[in-house]
Amino acid sequence: MSKERASASAGRVGSGEQVAGSPVATDERTITLELFRYHPETDAEPRFQSYEVPYNEDWVVLDAINWIKDHVDGTVTHRWSCRMGVCGSCGMMVNGEPVLTCAAFLKSYFPFAVRVEPLVNFPVERDLVVSMDGFMDKLEAVKPYMIRDDVNDTSGGEFRQSPAELAKYKQFSMCINCMLCYAACPVVGHEEGFLGPAALALGHRYNKDSRDHGRSERMDVMLSDEAMWGCTFVGECSVVCPKHVDPAGAIQQAKAMGAQEYFKAFVMPKGAGA
Amino acid sequence: MSHAATEQHDVVIVGGGGAGLRAAIAIAEENPAFSVACVSKVYPMRSHTVTAEGGAAGVIKPSDSLEDHIYDTISGADWLADQDAVEYFVHRAPEEMVQLEHWGCPWSRMPDGSVAVRPFGGMKIERTWFAADKTGFHMLHSLFQTTLKYGNIVRYDEHFATKLLLDDAGRCRGCAAIELRTGTVRAVLGRSVIICTGGAGKAFPFTTNGAIKTGDGMAMAYRAGVALKDMEFIQYHPTGLPGTGILITEASRGEGGILVNKDGRRYLEDYDLGEALDVSDPRHPQKRAMELGPRDKLSQCFVKEMWAGRTIRTKDGEVVHLDLRHLGEAKIDRRIPFVRELARNYAGIDPVHQPIPVRPVVHYVMGGIDVNSESATDIAGLYAAGECACVSINGANRLGSNSLTELLVFGAQAGRNAARFAMENPDLELGGLESQARDEGERIRRAYFSAGARRAGSADGGGASERIAVLRNELHEAMEDGAGIYRNQESLEKTCDKIAELKERYANVSLDDHTNSFNTELTAALELSSLLDVAETIAHSGRERTESRGSHQRLDHPDRDDDDFLAHSLAFRTEDGGAPRIEYRPVTITKWPPGARTYGADSGLKREAEGSGTGGPSAADGNTE
Ligand SMILES: Cc1cc2nc3c(=O)[nH]c(=O)nc-3n(C[C@H](O)[C@H](O)[C@H](O)COP(=O)(O)OP(=O)(O)OC[C@H]3O[C@@H](n4cnc5c(N)ncnc54)[C@H](O)[C@@H]3O)c2cc1C
Ligand code: SF4
Ligand code: FES
Repeated sequence: MSKERASASAGRVGSGEQVAGSPVATDERTITLELFRYHPETDAEPRFQSYEVPYNEDWVVLDAINWIKDHVDGTVTHRWSCRMGVCGSCGMMVNGEPVLTCAAFLKSYFPFAVRVEPLVNFPVERDLVVSMDGFMDKLEAVKPYMIRDDVNDTSGGEFRQSPAELAKYKQFSMCINCMLCYAACPVVGHEEGFLGPAALALGHRYNKDSRDHGRSERMDVMLSDEAMWGCTFVGECSVVCPKHVDPAGAIQQAKAMGAQEYFKAFVMPKGAGA
Repeated sequence: MSHAATEQHDVVIVGGGGAGLRAAIAIAEENPAFSVACVSKVYPMRSHTVTAEGGAAGVIKPSDSLEDHIYDTISGADWLADQDAVEYFVHRAPEEMVQLEHWGCPWSRMPDGSVAVRPFGGMKIERTWFAADKTGFHMLHSLFQTTLKYGNIVRYDEHFATKLLLDDAGRCRGCAAIELRTGTVRAVLGRSVIICTGGAGKAFPFTTNGAIKTGDGMAMAYRAGVALKDMEFIQYHPTGLPGTGILITEASRGEGGILVNKDGRRYLEDYDLGEALDVSDPRHPQKRAMELGPRDKLSQCFVKEMWAGRTIRTKDGEVVHLDLRHLGEAKIDRRIPFVRELARNYAGIDPVHQPIPVRPVVHYVMGGIDVNSESATDIAGLYAAGECACVSINGANRLGSNSLTELLVFGAQAGRNAARFAMENPDLELGGLESQARDEGERIRRAYFSAGARRAGSADGGGASERIAVLRNELHEAMEDGAGIYRNQESLEKTCDKIAELKERYANVSLDDHTNSFNTELTAALELSSLLDVAETIAHSGRERTESRGSHQRLDHPDRDDDDFLAHSLAFRTEDGGAPRIEYRPVTITKWPPGARTYGADSGLKREAEGSGTGGPSAADGNTE
């Protein structure tokens, strides 16, 4: 196999340009980021630390945090991955609002300082990272999977589902588990046991799926969540939801469904009726 | 790094993306008495499968045939795929897709309730299942939610695996992993192990890949002695957003989007990819032609247009335009709503009214951990599946929508095989493994936290201190300069040399953070070390392959050379950890001898009569969700 040299250029694509993760500032302006800092091993109390970051119109808050971590202070701790608003990792409080930091542009805050804190209503692990333990337990509690006997039998081909049947639950299946709704919800803060908006919307998503047979099993769990009945339809969860899941709407529908179910169980023996 | 805690299971899976979760369910089903560990550096639903947009291929419609899917895959791979593996893949695909449907995946539907399919690049017939344009998101969440049903799947979320643990007999028994919350190094042990850690796009600067795609599993397997196969084959997707690299899915072209240069010309017709039919022609978009040609060719056409001065200059570099306007708002919102959302949010463009600026972007690694058609590596008890593995069905160029299906088919296969291996091979001694994990914790502590490592970082510490971001940026530059869409001997040699230099300098890397809890600077350092090893195999394998095939284009060797290179490259780690040793293994050819790879008018080759002129997608308009 010969290895002669060639002189042609290698056709570089993307040379010298700004790319996510290794950003280059476009001008002299800067913006201040005030980051919430807390380290369980060394800090008794949380504090804020300010950083001057080059201002770039195309940057999101996450880019600025990454720039700090890369170039100024490697101890800054946060979660992120996709940088396209779909993995759900990068939710934080920015100037008091729960947002996806990969979808929050610096230009909507400039020239004012941007204050970044971990999502409220969750225990802080370190800096901008919160504990997800409780959230994961709540997701699991609503049995978010298809319940029917032949779920592993593929011999008959796909279960049929019309576009109209799909539309009944599609919206509730769009949740990226970013937990912004938990940070916005007034009930979550007070009632530790409350399953909360995303988990209830997820349970409801399966209840509304024409292929599923597990509604009564799931409803047992959802209805026993007393806090669900305490949800006063403030609707903050739906306002902050970046994926238009409308968990508040799901909870209202679930309550209505639950009241019906309760009524049926009460007036009819179990098993009778739909 | 505190001392090792040991956890015992039957099978250990490293990776909680599509492949890892599918494997976990397969094992839980194969043997309900088994305990399955799933180790993942992020919560499973954060895995990068979540970003996949366009769809997953599987023959389901009467108009389609397994034979066609096989042929499209093999020709798309420029004949570097192993044909026995491709046959297995295509035959198993429909069943796996239906299974996922049964597990709740909200596939888009036809009016009669059957699943809808759309056309995709390099596919002769529409066979790509989709959930609007969030297919990977829905697949990953359906899989993850399904795993919650199984009490015997034990998750190690936010555990960063650093090393495979092999016993004295050379059998793989688990991994060492850092629990991020505490910094504790655990030995997670089993009777067999599956690596499902995904790709390594982060070796390049401009990529659709998320922060976590750093080739850790590939590097772990390589360091344990398994070859990395066909690493020179890196897929550039032709349509990424400039600046961020965010993907605009091929489904946008499957739905009829067109690519134009600065003169408004559909330039692909100048490169033997077929005829530019008017967008109102019922035959548009034509399968295996023009905008629905394969990705390697489309990305190469972009570079040629750029060289000819016919691309469009922007502040984020040269682009062409992806024009979707003729599809209309209703269709865009129904079929590719995420494309609109991404273009609006990240490019400030509404595709209903303006064309989207796009350029090629690193997307996928065709190569990976060398496994056979049973997903097994050469190390007893060690399996691999998903993007980190190379079976190989993708050869020199993966077809869009084959990867998501690959996760299911080979994730399930690896799971079943690893479970059987575990059943047939009883437990052995533990002792050596625990001490290996302890040593690994000690190694990490010494390398990154010790007084010496700290001194390297201080002003008076010998001055050689290196920052992660600096090394990473230099690696990025070297990869893009020398191992991009077009390469040559000189460019690749330079990249090889640069990587060797970076590996040396890496020894002086110093951290700001020497604490245990959630030390993401430490994990970034470990990820960089994975990337350096993986990048080295890419550059060296590319330098040795003196031909052009699929995504590997050598300007100094422009032709395919089947006499010398109808073979997989195998990069083995050498004793001193320096440049890899490259060997070759012939491709498995069963029924489809290498042929000319044609798209456009004669794209169908012998099957020309079929399907030509059938026009638009079968899930045509209006009726599907
Ligand atoms: C933007 C985008 C769009 C795409 N669209 C399509 C499409 O439409 N159709 C298609 O077929 N393909 C598509 N692909 C390709 C496809 O999505 C990927 O190849 C595939 O999802 C990879 O899945 P995986 O399970 O192998 O890896 P991933 O989903 O990346 O999962 C890897 C897992 O490994 C874990 N892991 C990694 N390293 C470690 C470590 N050191 N320790 C512990 N855990 C670790 C991670 O936490 C993660 O859970 C797309 C890819 C991208 C980037
Ligand atoms: S419902 Fe919305 S806000 Fe809540 S977790 Fe899901 S995507 Fe996030
Ligand atoms: S980084 Fe994935 S949602 Fe923001």
